[in-house]
Amino acid sequence: MAKILMIHPDKCTGCRNCELACEFVHEGQFRPAATRVQAYSWEREGISVPMLCQQCDDAACVKVCPTGAMHRSTTLANLVDWDERVCIRCKMCTVACPFGNARYDAASSSIFKCDTCQGAPECVTFCPNGALEYVDDTQQVRSRKKAYAAKFKDAFQEVS
Amino acid sequence: MFGWTGTILRVNLTKGKVSREATDVKLAHDYIGARGLGVRIISDEVDPKADALGPDNKLIFAPGPLTGTFAPSAGRFDVITKGPLNGVIAASNSGGSFGPELKYAGYDALIIEGKAAKPSYLWIKDDEVEIRDAAAIWGHTTPDTTDLVRAATDEDAKVACIGPAGEKLALLANIMNEMFRAAGRTGVGAVMGSKNLKAVAVYGNGAVRVADPEAFKAAVMKSRQMIQAHPVGGAGLKAYGTDVLVNILNQIGSLPTRNYQDGYFPTADKVGGESLAAKQLIRPKGCFSCIISCGRVTKVDNPAYQGAGEGPEYETAWSFGPDCGIDDLDAVTKANFLCNEYGIDTISLGSTIACAMELFERGVITAKDTDGVQLTFGNTAAMVEMTRKACTGEGFGAKLAQGSYRLAESYGHPEYSMTCKKQEMPAYDPRGVQGIGLNYATGNRGGCHVRGYTIAVEVLGGAGGMDPRVTEGKPGLDILFQNLTAALDSSGACLFSTFGIGGPELAEMLSAATGVEYSLEEFLKIGERIWNAERLWNLKVGFTAADDTLPERLLKDPIKTGPAKGMVNRLDEMLPGYYQERGWDESGVPTKAKLKELALV
Repeated sequence: MAKILMIHPDKCTGCRNCELACEFVHEGQFRPAATRVQAYSWEREGISVPMLCQQCDDAACVKVCPTGAMHRSTTLANLVDWDERVCIRCKMCTVACPFGNARYDAASSSIFKCDTCQGAPECVTFCPNGALEYVDDTQQVRSRKKAYAAKFKDAFQEVS
Repeated sequence: MFGWTGTILRVNLTKGKVSREATDVKLAHDYIGARGLGVRIISDEVDPKADALGPDNKLIFAPGPLTGTFAPSAGRFDVITKGPLNGVIAASNSGGSFGPELKYAGYDALIIEGKAAKPSYLWIKDDEVEIRDAAAIWGHTTPDTTDLVRAATDEDAKVACIGPAGEKLALLANIMNEMFRAAGRTGVGAVMGSKNLKAVAVYGNGAVRVADPEAFKAAVMKSRQMIQAHPVGGAGLKAYGTDVLVNILNQIGSLPTRNYQDGYFPTADKVGGESLAAKQLIRPKGCFSCIISCGRVTKVDNPAYQGAGEGPEYETAWSFGPDCGIDDLDAVTKANFLCNEYGIDTISLGSTIACAMELFERGVITAKDTDGVQLTFGNTAAMVEMTRKACTGEGFGAKLAQGSYRLAESYGHPEYSMTCKKQEMPAYDPRGVQGIGLNYATGNRGGCHVRGYTIAVEVLGGAGGMDPRVTEGKPGLDILFQNLTAALDSSGACLFSTFGIGGPELAEMLSAATGVEYSLEEFLKIGERIWNAERLWNLKVGFTAADDTLPERLLKDPIKTGPAKGMVNRLDEMLPGYYQERGWDESGVPTKAKLKELALV
């Protein structure tokens, strides 16, 4: 079953454990510039939002890649993968991504984007609040939709 | 180096000079980092008799070796300096993301020296360090300052700053970071103000490395699971914040009420964490690497007290609430927001207003002194108005902003100041909880609960629990907590992680992170070393055993109502044993043998 990495900003506390897990699994150290996921916080509003690659079906980064380094994975569904061996570091993918989710890191001469840890995302393991979830694509919004439906249910119960 | 970055940054504001030095490996090991390392540096470099608000005092920002890693809830830093409220060696702990950012920029500590000729702020981006003009941001609140500094530096910079209170050298001033996190107590914000330093902004691109990544991850996963499985660390604090303690302390009659005139407040529930969650909480918030999320993002809609921000913590809900005879949560939270914005300590200010209320009710002061305000217990509007005045320093507020000791003493009645070593005690009545009284009396920064949080055992049942009303065993309990906390603070961990883990887990994570083996015994020994180093400093300032005491009210006037009715604190049954178990002489001075054992001579 194909899985999707879901974000739940309503549950995010801005602790950045996802970033730390991402940095560590990729580099074995803690370097903010190495994270593929970012939890941005707006202190005044008290809101935090985790941001990471959406693994687009019709991915702009794949389209603009002149060498095929950025490609849909053949082994894992819902993954846009990056092949460092054929990448020429032209950085077109970083320009094309409308979300800013592909980034060039000069320190390691690499393109950083979420690789879902090849189907076992560490950020999900480390998130203490369930703000990141790795779920079947057929079920991705079922719980969210049902939770919202429950609010209608409560409202209807009150008026009926 | 692993865990540590290996570099200390030194900025002399008088000379406008920036320099770097290598972190001394032995010193780092022997004092861990953060609070411990800062205490060592202050002890070595600052004359204990120096004017806390003069250019000879130094101000240190120091994260610990675990800061910046994914050790759970361990992203903290300390501010270490001579505290102007009372002259003690100050170590104020804060979370947010400022500490980790300092590590990523490459520094184990930032030492600020001297005094800038004009209002300035510091911008640190990795190796680039600039002292910049702060004329345009001087006078602004802490959230506005943060925005202005970010606009002038980097939108993702982490900013520690003072508000107007620190600029005016209010002795209750805090340093705030990420807008709502506070390095509070003892007036550290006034030290920053005295140096004409409005803010420190940091952005780092470097890495924090650990010595044994596999062992470190294994130790971290174990600690995470232990905290998440704990009812307080894993669930209670996220659901209700620290304010959950209001009802717990009130139920045992140890919620100080009306400036410690009583220990029970019948309507306390109205300002408790459950009420907060129901009425004001928008969502829980976590500091960097936190898995506990005790932070409260809150909003008050009530037009009289409208506002948004973070808080209140338990101590704040108490100080502006029951200690002022108030049960209006909207007013309490509004007072908290004001304190955040102006950068002032909520525990001390609430307690100081409570002191002023008692002075007013006893006729020591009148409406002539209080700018016409009827400052009686339970007067909610007056409490918020006095908070606002203390924040801005106008009228009677200027006196309040210097703390209750100076206030009460100026009217000839220091006995109404609920302080230890001139610092306001927090929200646990030592008459009903004996051990915390000993901790207040011996606390190295004066009245303070987070030097030795015996409440965890005496009230919350940790480690099998101990009866809060007995004095037996309390010296040992206090010493254990004081030593453990000194070492824990120095690692970069949050005190609340002890709701789940303890010394063994912290020592294990430290060992794997730094590559230097810390045994549990050694970890606690380092805590004891830090505690004694702080004590030595305070003795040199001029403190004596006579200062290791509580306000007379707590020793002689029994609690009047509630479950702890009739009780007083029996400090005299505990203090001699404490000195003895500490290896100090009868005057509270560490013996030569103890200092030798701790490598402090």
